[in-house]
Amino acid sequence: MDDRTGDSAFEQAVPGAGTTAAPRIGKDEWVASVGGRRAGRGGPLGAIEQRLRRVPWWAWLALFVALAALLPVGFESGYVRRIAFDTVIYMLLALGLNVVVGWGGLLDLGYVAFFGVGAYSYAVVSSDKFDLHLPALLSIPLACVVGGLVGLLVGLPSRRLVGDYLAIVTLFFFQIFLTVSNNSDNIGGRDLAGGPNGLINIDPLGLFGRELRVSTDGIFNVAYLYVALVFFALVYLALRFANESRTGRAWRSLREDPLAAEMMGMPVSRLKLMAFAFGAAVAALTGTFVTALNASVFPQTFEFPLLITLYTMVILGGAGSQAGVVIGAVAISVLLEVLREPGDARYLFYAVVLLGIVAAMRLSTRLAVVLGGTLALGFVAHAVAGRVDEDWTAGAGTGGGGLAAWAADWVIVPERLAGWIAPVSYIALIAAVLALTLASGWTRLALLVPTLYLAAFVWENVMLVKPEPTRFVILGAMLVAVMVARPEGILGEKRVEII
Amino acid sequence: MSLLELSGINTYYGLIHILQDVNIEVGEGELVALLGGNASGKSTTLKTILGIVRPKTGTVRFAGEDVTNRKTSHRIGRGMAIVPENRRLFGPMTVLENLEMGAYLNREGKGRKEDFDRVYTLFPRVHERRSQLAGTLSGGEQQMVAMGRALMARPKLLLMDEPSMGLAPVLVERSFEIIKQVHEAGVAMLVVEQNANVSLSIADRGYVLQTGRIVLADKASALLENEGLRKAYLGR
Ligand SMILES: Nc1ncnc2c1ncn2[C@@H]1O[C@H](COP(=O)(O)OP(=O)(O)O)[C@@H](O)[C@H]1O
Ligand SMILES: [Mg+2]
Repeated sequence: MDDRTGDSAFEQAVPGAGTTAAPRIGKDEWVASVGGRRAGRGGPLGAIEQRLRRVPWWAWLALFVALAALLPVGFESGYVRRIAFDTVIYMLLALGLNVVVGWGGLLDLGYVAFFGVGAYSYAVVSSDKFDLHLPALLSIPLACVVGGLVGLLVGLPSRRLVGDYLAIVTLFFFQIFLTVSNNSDNIGGRDLAGGPNGLINIDPLGLFGRELRVSTDGIFNVAYLYVALVFFALVYLALRFANESRTGRAWRSLREDPLAAEMMGMPVSRLKLMAFAFGAAVAALTGTFVTALNASVFPQTFEFPLLITLYTMVILGGAGSQAGVVIGAVAISVLLEVLREPGDARYLFYAVVLLGIVAAMRLSTRLAVVLGGTLALGFVAHAVAGRVDEDWTAGAGTGGGGLAAWAADWVIVPERLAGWIAPVSYIALIAAVLALTLASGWTRLALLVPTLYLAAFVWENVMLVKPEPTRFVILGAMLVAVMVARPEGILGEKRVEII
Repeated sequence: MSLLELSGINTYYGLIHILQDVNIEVGEGELVALLGGNASGKSTTLKTILGIVRPKTGTVRFAGEDVTNRKTSHRIGRGMAIVPENRRLFGPMTVLENLEMGAYLNREGKGRKEDFDRVYTLFPRVHERRSQLAGTLSGGEQQMVAMGRALMARPKLLLMDEPSMGLAPVLVERSFEIIKQVHEAGVAMLVVEQNANVSLSIADRGYVLQTGRIVLADKASALLENEGLRKAYLGR
């Protein structure tokens, strides 16, 4: 960037204003050099960053899809393949939600219901329920269209509604969907979709009369992973082109400044509706794969936690960035899976805590003090507790894994935990973390040691024992951490405010 | 016949009566100044013309058509464009994208290149900065981009809401030179201003708005001589 100051008229009017002789005041100077500053980082790391930045987006997409497609080669287990499939499903759902939230700037709390609409649409036309067995080439587009149309219907009354109102209307729609699907076994005396028992024996996907078997000998059929991946690539490309188009730019300007967008003659309501329907159609499309693979559909699949998970993916990855939300989806999906197994979750926990401390303190004396102090505190506490009452350290760590034995030798894990200890230690941990943010200097270091040990205690005795809520607590904690450290998400755009 | 004709306009925000029996005309190729103090209803007048708010009674005619009940996008399509108060550029988008947004209704992009060239000839600075994010421009540059964005719609009537706001005095003069230039190219203009002196010096006619009523309407030269206006706006 050049280092020109201000406006040319200003320079002409005030001789010397643009030269170094006069003090250079005003934000223009800063603005002019901002590009140069952003390029920033030098050295080998900087060079690599520059190089990576020049790799085109489609190369990343191709690499990503190729890696995912090769996954089954490295991993024989049906479990890993199934997780990979679920992750692709999350990726698709996140892409769709990104259209509504990231591009349309609309708070859609009914998104999961469109996923359900797609799933049920596919189920109804591909089962014995109504003796309809449409080919997938027909039923999948049909489900997409139904999803998109329902999206339009929900969006229509909320056209003029923005922000909070839209959120309430969509939430209401979500509730209606849940109520209807849960009572679909008795709608006017007729059983339409099985109610809480759902629909079962749904056809697998098929092409030209050949069925794509869901599993062989109980092992997940990788073909489903490939089908989902192909659709992921297609949806990614289609949405990318939509976003680069005139409509995509209109979405962006609409999100930035709706009034200015209207003043440029953009059909504001229609653009919003389009984003809404696009997102709904993607969600519905995704619903068909899941239903076909599971050969069943139940109302319980489309509950609130899924909505929260999807929003976390989009926010973490950076709303508005396609690559970002995909990364967010992969990260959260894998994380949730790892946290399901206490033995694996333990590795993750200690690794993240350790990395976090190292990142915050670098390799310094303080780091050595904190780590040494925490270790020492642990062994002393463990020894003292064991001397006082053998039962206090008699518990074995939850789950397996190499770390379990070590953790049981360091953290106090009683045989049976008195009922009051769990909530008290949990609250004490939160209080300690809050106190940490207030303290500074050596007080902080001194406080950090017992806090870390308390965290390990809570982790081993409370959180690992109850993996289900723990997964979501961790998700929430991550979200808070990201919002503090990087409000725009991993790949999101920093907002530029006009002042 | 006039290009724009407001007759008997009454505009409300909720229960608050803002514009009261407003009549304004802008002829083909004319430059009209609409003067008024803070909160006198200047922006509301422009919003009524664009259809962002609808008048309770009265009609808006534009280019021979009654557009009172038409959508904003329809009116823009018929040849209106605006440089809004505080410019309202799309901050995280580049200058080039901002200009493109001005031509949103030119669907096929016919003559898009000529439109860009015209803007770039008028504002070489905008050409220089075309790939910069609009939010990182200086105030003067933002004003140019906002005008360029409006001109991309090839307007017959350009509405300007306080173009001098927030600009250094030298830039205000420069700004009005450009307005004059655009006007001489044949674009009719309705310029809303608090700065009566500068705007009347280039205008053909002027209106003075006071708490939602037109209290004066005359030739610009006559308004410049008007005793009452002098006391109220020109400060001498
Ligand atoms: N959206 C709105 N809702 C309610 N009142 C408004 C709104 N916009 C403007 N007003 C009021 O209308 C009056 C005229 O405003 P405006 O036309 O913006 O004045 P000006 O542009 O002349 O400064 C002011 O009293 C203002 O408070
Ligand atoms: Mg105003």
